[in-house]
Amino acid sequence: MKIHEYQAKELLKKYNIPIQDGVICESENKLESAIQEASRLFNTKNYVIKAQIHAGGRGKGGGVKFCTSAEKAQVEGKKILGMQLVTPQTGPEGQKVRKVMVAQAMDIASEYYVAITLDRSAGRDVIMASTEGGMDIEEVAAHTPEKIIRVWVDPAVGFQPFQARQIAFRLGFEPAIIKQAIPLLMNLYQCYKETDASLAEVNPLIVTTQNQLVALDAKFNFDSNALCRHSDIVAMRDIYEEDPTEVEAGKYNLNYIKLDGNVGCMVNGAGLAMATMDIIKLNGGEPANFLDVGGGANVETVKNGFKIILSDPNVKAVLINIFGGIVRCDRVANGIIEAVKDLDLSVPVVVRLEGTNADLAKSLLENAKLAIIPATSLADAAEKVVQAATGGSN
Amino acid sequence: MAILVNKQSKIIVQGITGSEGSFHAQQCYEYGQNVVGGVTPGKGGTRVLDANLPVFNTCVEAKAATGANVSLIFVPPLFARDAILEAIDAKIELIVCITEGIPVQDMIQVQRALLGSGSRLIGPNCPGLLTPGEAKVGIMPGFIARPGRVGVISKSGTLTYEAVHQLVGVGLGQSTCVGIGGDPIIGTKMIDVLQLFQNDPDTDAIVLIGEIGGSMEIEAAHYVKESVSKPVIGFIAGQTAPPGRRMGHAGAIVSGADESAAAKKRVMASCGILVVDSPAHIGQTVADALNRVRA
Repeated sequence: MKIHEYQAKELLKKYNIPIQDGVICESENKLESAIQEASRLFNTKNYVIKAQIHAGGRGKGGGVKFCTSAEKAQVEGKKILGMQLVTPQTGPEGQKVRKVMVAQAMDIASEYYVAITLDRSAGRDVIMASTEGGMDIEEVAAHTPEKIIRVWVDPAVGFQPFQARQIAFRLGFEPAIIKQAIPLLMNLYQCYKETDASLAEVNPLIVTTQNQLVALDAKFNFDSNALCRHSDIVAMRDIYEEDPTEVEAGKYNLNYIKLDGNVGCMVNGAGLAMATMDIIKLNGGEPANFLDVGGGANVETVKNGFKIILSDPNVKAVLINIFGGIVRCDRVANGIIEAVKDLDLSVPVVVRLEGTNADLAKSLLENAKLAIIPATSLADAAEKVVQAATGGSN
Repeated sequence: MAILVNKQSKIIVQGITGSEGSFHAQQCYEYGQNVVGGVTPGKGGTRVLDANLPVFNTCVEAKAATGANVSLIFVPPLFARDAILEAIDAKIELIVCITEGIPVQDMIQVQRALLGSGSRLIGPNCPGLLTPGEAKVGIMPGFIARPGRVGVISKSGTLTYEAVHQLVGVGLGQSTCVGIGGDPIIGTKMIDVLQLFQNDPDTDAIVLIGEIGGSMEIEAAHYVKESVSKPVIGFIAGQTAPPGRRMGHAGAIVSGADESAAAKKRVMASCGILVVDSPAHIGQTVADALNRVRA
């Protein structure tokens, strides 16, 4: 789960990490008072208007503007609020800006990068830091990997002050900044660990011309498996930032991800679901979605799966691929028959059932006299569904 | 022979009185008759599965009474860390954790506790192990597999069944099927299982099924090049997955160029693995490879 910059900063504040603060504004008519409040709180006439969306690269898309007066801040704020912000991470359709942060402008002397995440191959948390602040860290990693400092945390003892010192000295900080950097790094790790974050990133971390270390921007992702022990984090979820169909699918406990193609698919198991998408593509089609119905493919899950898949108007055919291990295929077949009858489907449906009671399932489907195209294998199913989606022209 | 589990394995089930645990304990028991008991705190002294199996309060008691060397874990995600740590403490040699949804921070601690412990963990978030005709330790459907000489390593559940089904379709049985799990942190990696299959005289070829995310397949590919003489047939799921999206499994996310299906397949092929583009060609490719070796 992701959160907004302003929420990430609230979290940092709780852990005594100095941040660039701001006032949040959600509507144009409150913009003036938000700017006034920012002026009063931060004793400034310079502001930064920052669009609050989850995607990164906001500055590149025009979602972050420096303003030298309250009037200019109001003009920029009006432009940004409600705009469809396109960044390298949003896709071409962009993301609607529903909130802006009227932030205090800061005098930047130098910029740094600090992040904590899981190093999968080490099975440990890794703290990464770099003098290349404000840059896309993946580009730094690709072109100048020597500029990224990495320190791993031994879970038996936790993140240690000597490791924070290592990072601070290697970043080349002045003594006055080192004194601030050590507690900042220790607190950031504590925050990351206590919230079950999967990413805590401060980019850039700046040194101001007044010699203060400040988190100018912050990004957090959280381990979705751990959300059940963090109701305060869950409360920060913003469903406007998520695909509405995916939110709907989540309510049915279905794992759905929308794609751009026209062949819908419904599969049990994540690996087989990905493999099914792949074979559709290999046969010249384009998958419309990823959908894992999990272990219990019954009437309800099949029905809900159809509803979710067919809410995408691009879908021209659907492939159901179920490998019944514990799940009995005859039950799945009955689910499909009932769902197809009830929903009055307008697109062709190709069904491939394999595993427990597969033969029984096949005869059930044949006897149902529905517009279902049976398939005998994974290859056969992919071929048939692509043909159905392209109207037989393939 | 086979690897990891066989007829002589003595299996206990942690969480044996839960709905998942009791159902699958019965399936495993019927398959190999080598499930010897279970653990549920507070239910010690009772018996389950038509009174065939004793239940214990702790792993240590269960091991002392039954001589168990394998533990199969079916407990809810937030209790899984504790269950695995308990099995490590009881010096169970092989721990198989089926549970899906364990927080990463919990697995970081488990991983640390495994170091130097003498226990091996398979999973979590995996379908477990199957040595056809001998032992089933997990949730793989036993009837789809046949005893034979192909080893199967996979991050996924149903995709493993698909591969096994194709192998049986071309007349090939399996020595052991190992579902290593789809989480970012797992106890036993592809390299570990490759090594076991390479050293197993009853395995002639190895199927390696990976997916997007992480670097385990790349590490495995380099290992194959250096240390595996048997044919390895590889498939990577998620060629059509969009970057930055989590595809069902917690670990199935492309976070960098090296984690994509295309990048993994490229490295695997360059290391001598027979990479199939289509998931429908796994069985036939293994058959062809074995024919070449045996010819």
